[in-house]
Amino acid sequence: MANTVTRMPRRGPMGSRMGRGPAEKPKNFKRATKRLFAELKDFKILIIIALILATLGAVLSITAPNKLSEMTDIISQGLFMEMDIEGIKRIALFLAGLYISSALFSFIQSILMTDVSNKFAKQLRTRISKKINSLPLRYFDKHSTGDILSRVTNDVDTIAQTMNQSLGTLVTSVTLFTGAVIMMFYTNWIMALTAIIASLLGFIFMFLILGRSQKYFVARQEELGNLNGHIEEIYSGLNVVKVYNGKKESDRKFDEFNKRVYEANRKSQFLSGLMQPIMGFIGNFGYVAVCIVGALLTMNNIISFGVIVAFIIYVRLFTNPLSQIAQAMTSLQSTAAASERVFEFLDEKEMANQDGIVKKLDKSKVKGDIEFKNIVFQYDNNDKPTIKNFNAVATAGQKIAIVGPTGAGKTTLVNLLMKFYDLDSGEIKIDGVSTSELTRENIHELFTMVLQDTWLFEGTVKENIVYNTKNISDEKVKEVCKTVGLDHFIRTLPKGYDTKISENDSVSAGQRQLLTIARGMIQNAPFLILDEATSNVDTRTEELVQKAMDKLTEGKTSFIIAHRLSTIKNADLILVIGNGNIVEQGTHEELMAQKGVYADLYNSQFEL
Amino acid sequence: MIKLFKNLGKKEIILAVVSLILIIAQVWLELKMPDYMSEITVLVQTEGSEMSEIIENGAYMIACALGSLISAVIVGFLASNISATFSMRVRKKLFDKVENLSMNEVKEFSTSSLITRTTNDITQIQMLIAMGLQLMIKAPITAVWAITKILNKSWQWSAITGVGIAILLGVIAILMIIVIPRFKIVQKLIDKINGVTRENLTGIRVVRAFNAEEYQQDKFEKVNSELTNMQLFNQKAFAILSPTMYLVMHFLTLSIYFVGAFLIKDAGMIDKVGIFGNMVVFSSYAMQVIMSFLMLAMIFMMLPRAQVSADRINEVLDKEISIKDGNIDKDITNERGTVEFKNVCFKYPDADEYLLKDISFKVKKGETVAFIGSTGSGKSTLINLVPRFYDATDGEVLVDGVNVKDYTQEFLHNKLGYVSQKAIIFNETVKNNVAYGENGKDKITDEQVKKAIEVAQGKDFIEKMENSYDTQMAQGGTNVSGGQKQRISIARAIARNPEIYIFDDSFSALDYKTDSILRKELKKYTKNATTLIVAQRIGTIMNADKIVVLDEGRIVGQGTHNELLKNCEVYEQIALSQLSKEELENG
Repeated sequence: MANTVTRMPRRGPMGSRMGRGPAEKPKNFKRATKRLFAELKDFKILIIIALILATLGAVLSITAPNKLSEMTDIISQGLFMEMDIEGIKRIALFLAGLYISSALFSFIQSILMTDVSNKFAKQLRTRISKKINSLPLRYFDKHSTGDILSRVTNDVDTIAQTMNQSLGTLVTSVTLFTGAVIMMFYTNWIMALTAIIASLLGFIFMFLILGRSQKYFVARQEELGNLNGHIEEIYSGLNVVKVYNGKKESDRKFDEFNKRVYEANRKSQFLSGLMQPIMGFIGNFGYVAVCIVGALLTMNNIISFGVIVAFIIYVRLFTNPLSQIAQAMTSLQSTAAASERVFEFLDEKEMANQDGIVKKLDKSKVKGDIEFKNIVFQYDNNDKPTIKNFNAVATAGQKIAIVGPTGAGKTTLVNLLMKFYDLDSGEIKIDGVSTSELTRENIHELFTMVLQDTWLFEGTVKENIVYNTKNISDEKVKEVCKTVGLDHFIRTLPKGYDTKISENDSVSAGQRQLLTIARGMIQNAPFLILDEATSNVDTRTEELVQKAMDKLTEGKTSFIIAHRLSTIKNADLILVIGNGNIVEQGTHEELMAQKGVYADLYNSQFEL
Repeated sequence: MIKLFKNLGKKEIILAVVSLILIIAQVWLELKMPDYMSEITVLVQTEGSEMSEIIENGAYMIACALGSLISAVIVGFLASNISATFSMRVRKKLFDKVENLSMNEVKEFSTSSLITRTTNDITQIQMLIAMGLQLMIKAPITAVWAITKILNKSWQWSAITGVGIAILLGVIAILMIIVIPRFKIVQKLIDKINGVTRENLTGIRVVRAFNAEEYQQDKFEKVNSELTNMQLFNQKAFAILSPTMYLVMHFLTLSIYFVGAFLIKDAGMIDKVGIFGNMVVFSSYAMQVIMSFLMLAMIFMMLPRAQVSADRINEVLDKEISIKDGNIDKDITNERGTVEFKNVCFKYPDADEYLLKDISFKVKKGETVAFIGSTGSGKSTLINLVPRFYDATDGEVLVDGVNVKDYTQEFLHNKLGYVSQKAIIFNETVKNNVAYGENGKDKITDEQVKKAIEVAQGKDFIEKMENSYDTQMAQGGTNVSGGQKQRISIARAIARNPEIYIFDDSFSALDYKTDSILRKELKKYTKNATTLIVAQRIGTIMNADKIVVLDEGRIVGQGTHNELLKNCEVYEQIALSQLSKEELENG
């Protein structure tokens, strides 16, 4: 089966408690459940205790009707002779004890299961988060952020919730069901058969409906996804819809989707709404059947009236678990489907083990030479290599500008330099040592990287600047900010360096860039990778950014993905990349004299 | 919420009334059943009753059960119809409203919030109507009716039932008070855990470059623990609900029987059998009362959330649209392709500061005018006044000599070809994306689409795609690159063949070379069209007929590139930061 099915939009984390959507089917229920239980091994003892408690609670509930029937018998005897109050008291006390301990068992059981499922969920979340940081970057080229996020929250949430509900319910219900059947046959086989046949008739009917409604649930989910997709599209492109007078077209589409959602809604809701009344009818039907057959038997003195009272409760004990088992099975299916996705993620191949690596380059002693030798690299989903036979040498302190059209492989080169991806062949040497002989962490330590998409996290300004670098004093932070020209701006913020930065704050794109430059400066590594900003930065801030970047490159071997001519012209070496290889290399003057790709690119800037 | 219900049509109200009658019938039938039940009980108890009598009563009871089932099925059918129709109608109304909102209002609500309001919030309310409305009607009727039925039987039993209900409601109330505020915190923590994970994912290169995996993990673990603890607390608190419920129900039956035994003992000989029958009936009525109270409690738990959703929907529906349509729908002057700003000022309705002040300039037919300035200088806002995304606060914006406010929006928009900074791609084929919308003329032909794409420099990459012009674009155009998306959206404007082109910083996603060829081709193709361009790069606008330089909402310079270099300091600064001096002069 193709695994490329697009995922349906799923309910939000809170929505799950209200709507009864279709149960998501796992690809392989048996394997998924097996795996799930294997992963639960840390909680084995707790789960077993919980299940024992659930069973005990259920057994107690089964014994209760028998006692209640005894009590009814005593009372009905009291109709005609002296009431045996003592006997009634004894049974009532016994029953009270029974009910309380049964409630206690089920309470402890659900506390235990809550504990297990939430701690398990926590474990899973931690594992996913750790996994994110040990997957190769290749993985993230193929999977969207949204997909991974939905595993951390929705899927884990589903596992925690459904496991909590379904496991306990399943055990209780199965015990109740078998117990009720045994007790019924033990009490009277004719009555037992009556009760079972009467309820089964109803259940067959119900399952027929259930099977049919599944189809409409799936349809509803799908149609709703289509409609929501359309709404999202129109709302986010509202300007274009307006100016192009696209309203009629979008309305037509909307009405069509809306109508289909209406149809699916109507049908699925109607069918799912049938469950409750049918269940009620089954109960009543069973009741009457038991009463009539019971009356017949009582009159023929085969059973006492108390047996009827007991059976009235047995019918309920017998029908309730059946529907609960059905429900638990559906939620278990959701658990399996969710856990399948979580484990699929956890099983992804991680980055190569680096235990065997012993060499280490000391950050403070590195000279700063880098050599690319016959590098070949191809992305998994590409049919031809992005980088082929790339050769270049950079000596300590040089400024290397990388230029070329979009998609030529500039960013890829940086990724390889940082060992984010492993080379297909060839090698990169730092001070003569091949990067394959160094750990990733070691290499990262040697490089400062400032990217165009300015990544800031929710935290204070200071936290964002210091980030992971250890032992940085506040003075050092201030000093760096002064150097990049941020100090004044930061001091105008409400809480200065302790101001929180959040997504939609008044920190402009340029200031964000400056912050990341400051972060890089704090790290102070011998090599530098810089991705120049192209757009979105206003021209005056851009000047500031430029100055800051120039400061950053001082005395370091720097690789700059360059967009501005001044940078390119001042570079010691320009690498012109086209189609995965260096098409030309040299200084600005040399390249202009060649009248090749570079000269062409350069000139194109000044035409209209 | 009630306000929203006004959207129900006549037909639905009739259906609702029918449902109400059926629900009452259903309750009556359900409450009738215990009567037969007690009848059967008494008959079985009484020596020498006829089997036929038992069967007769049994048949009545099954008839009642069947009747209630049928009525429930019909009510279910009607209710699902009502709720589906209702949500369809409200959704349509909301969608229509949003389509007519001006950018001011959209900005106020934010696009993502409008999306959730149209999708989730409506679903939320539909759920309530589908599940809750029936219960909301049925539960109180059942409760009241059942109570009146049993009230006179015995005050002892009634008291016991009262205590049972009180305990149950007490437990639920305490739970709600403790847990509901914490639910909100859980929601926040889930958002937070999403936030931390998203942060790690979007910055994965930075995280790794800084060897900051541990740092991120610590952060994640902190939220993870908080979330787990909060969830544990909530769910453990809730764990008490189900055992309590069962305990109350069991104890209720037990107490009724226990007290019943004393009542029977103390009663006169003739009343004994009657009390016994009453006892069986009472316990089943009491159960009904308890169940209806439980359901009411459930609805009260659902209600606040639905109310929030209803408020959010109403907020949009009640929003007054600030942009009113004019009524001119044909050309009334001889001017074509001209744009004029006369002393235009603009500020957002609630803002104190003007974003644009005293803007005046005129663009003649066929001219290319560029707007440049730093972020926040107001250049995008200025250009957005032409298609009336916003209206000028003071002054006039004229297109073809007529104030834009006097045109119908449809007619005005037919004159324009607008390309936004962020390319908008619809979930359609390439062809349909380019031929999008209506322009008041004939339908755009395939030939025009092809030509437009060619001019927009998209021919090569589109013809390389599997289905060429019929290739389906993913939602948001995720299957093509940023530059390719922008070229498709530029082709959309070209295919429209408008009098006036508006490019709101539409070229920055293109590399220099494509940018320059595209503009050259465009100029050739649209000799007579007027073009307004907002740009960041000097290279993009250097050769415009006129460049308008903006700074803090005012025009600080107008003229050609060379003129501005000489007499506009702001322009010179911008230019210098991008090109070297000698290039500027020789360019």
